[in-house]
Amino acid sequence: MLGYLLRRLGQAIIVILGVTLIVFVLSQLIPGGQARAALGPKATQSQISHFNILNGFNQPLWVQYWHYILGLLRGDLGYSYRNNQGVTALIINRLPKTVVLVGVSTLLALVIAIPLGMAQAVRRNHVFDYSMTAVSFVLYAMPAFLIGELLILFFAFTLHWFPSQPPSDASAWAVFTNPRAFVLPVVALAALTVAGFSRYMRSSVLDTLTEDYIRTAKAKGGSPRRVLYGHAFRNALLPILTLLGLTLPAIVGGALIVEDVFNYPGMGLLTVQSASNDDIPLVLGTTLIATIATVVGSLLADVLYAAADPRIRLGGDD
Amino acid sequence: MDPFERLPLPEPESSDAEALAPEGGNAVSDGGFLRNMFHVFAENKLAVISAVFLIFIVVFCFLGPDLYVTNQTNTQDALLNSTQNSPPSSAHWLGTDESGFDVLGRLMYGGQISLIVGFFAALVATVIGVAYGALSGFFGGWFDAALMRFVDIGLSIPVLFLLIALVTIYRPTATMLIVVIAAVSWLVPARLIRAETLTLRTREYVQAVRVMGGTRKRIIGRHIVPNSVGTIVVFATFDVADSILLLAALGFLGLGVPAPQTDWGTMLSNGVNYASNGYWWEIYPVGLCIVLVVVALNYIGDALRDSLEVRLQRR
Repeated sequence: MLGYLLRRLGQAIIVILGVTLIVFVLSQLIPGGQARAALGPKATQSQISHFNILNGFNQPLWVQYWHYILGLLRGDLGYSYRNNQGVTALIINRLPKTVVLVGVSTLLALVIAIPLGMAQAVRRNHVFDYSMTAVSFVLYAMPAFLIGELLILFFAFTLHWFPSQPPSDASAWAVFTNPRAFVLPVVALAALTVAGFSRYMRSSVLDTLTEDYIRTAKAKGGSPRRVLYGHAFRNALLPILTLLGLTLPAIVGGALIVEDVFNYPGMGLLTVQSASNDDIPLVLGTTLIATIATVVGSLLADVLYAAADPRIRLGGDD
Repeated sequence: MDPFERLPLPEPESSDAEALAPEGGNAVSDGGFLRNMFHVFAENKLAVISAVFLIFIVVFCFLGPDLYVTNQTNTQDALLNSTQNSPPSSAHWLGTDESGFDVLGRLMYGGQISLIVGFFAALVATVIGVAYGALSGFFGGWFDAALMRFVDIGLSIPVLFLLIALVTIYRPTATMLIVVIAAVSWLVPARLIRAETLTLRTREYVQAVRVMGGTRKRIIGRHIVPNSVGTIVVFATFDVADSILLLAALGFLGLGVPAPQTDWGTMLSNGVNYASNGYWWEIYPVGLCIVLVVVALNYIGDALRDSLEVRLQRR
């Protein structure tokens, strides 16, 4: 297991390094370079070269990349010229809010999808299965912003059950202290993934039910309930952990849309706002942090998988 | 599925036909395969309905403006000659929006951009992905490992963040949006085709071509890619839907094509500003267009998968 974990950690580090390289290349692609982005289109040539010397942008690219990496290790993500503030400082109190939003809604999605998928598998090809399949196809095709807007129209404007946006000064933990304000954004984000998770759970349970050990358990006289919960459930659950790791980039992307729809002050909203301000260093900073958060999340999902599956926990190779 | 159960597609009369036919010529000569494919597709009622609906939407967007003539480009005229946010009437069948543009006409006009960008972004992404995946899988070794690590890295970046970064760096024109959306979506087909190539290149008929002295270019171009055509077409269909959704998301975030041009996402984004005023005609028609087109493309993709994956059929 230790070997597996170390190898998986090494992969994650390589991926993160690669992403820093991509983000660095993107920062080089800004038309007119960083100086134009910072000083605006009216800057004179001498102002630009002064800026470049001051910031080390006249050095060879690999030196610049090295300085960029050193800066990252110190927690320096660059400078937002639009906000006259370091990118790290701008991101740091937004990140926990996005993590909480993603975490709570993913948990909610799993809590709904796992029993739903199992119930569908057990009653497969019955009315319940068909109607739930139809519902999940509709949810699957609905773009995040449409789900969000429909939730707002119905539950906030028509029924007045929940506010259309959480208070903008709320802390990351307000989702637990003032849950009513966060119901709509959390539900909107969960709705995005619940369809995929329940479909997957359904087919995973169906697959597991054809395994030899299920037949053995039945042959030994296990009740249907015992076979389902004692033997099939845990094995069917394993692929969901893998799916969770793979879906995480999509969930984080969905969080960006949901934050925009509900004006929820997380990383996603910060990214959208800085994009409309042409604040490229800030956009690249949030992109890098969102990716690192995603990679770390996937790593955790894989570690959980290894811990849950004895074939990986005890086996030498994967 | 057990790989040993997968029978390779027979190369129709390859020995003598190949000598006569020009390079790339006889790939579609097997009418039986196409006819069979069409039958399986036609059996799927939902897919047929979806295809008809999609044709209707294309006609609506591209020929509709000739029948239902509206001003969609002159901002000043729109403000002067019509009332803003007016409900549906005989003059404006679906009312007007915040700038006084006719909403039904705008649906067509914005639909053109959404459909064009969606289609061409998927096309570019598929072509790049197929070439990348086929080369990677065919050559294997460290070359394959390096190329695939790059795909892993790209796939770990949440698509929307990367897309927003690219759109911020390059101004969003329709052409730029095609390039940018393709730039974030070629990774998945690259991976699919690489996996396909890995299984195909060990097949007897590919080895036979190699033994007969076929060049690498010929093996990839005439044997591996044509045999992956099912995977490619199915991916491309789903990717048109995904590209339309990505464009809609960008438009919704205010990063779509600049005014007075529009796309469905931008229209929806403008419409929801008035959600609390009850201007339903600025929200529901365009929302419905996005969802129905995406659902239709998904059903068509499903049906194509059923009809193209010959190996899954009982023959």
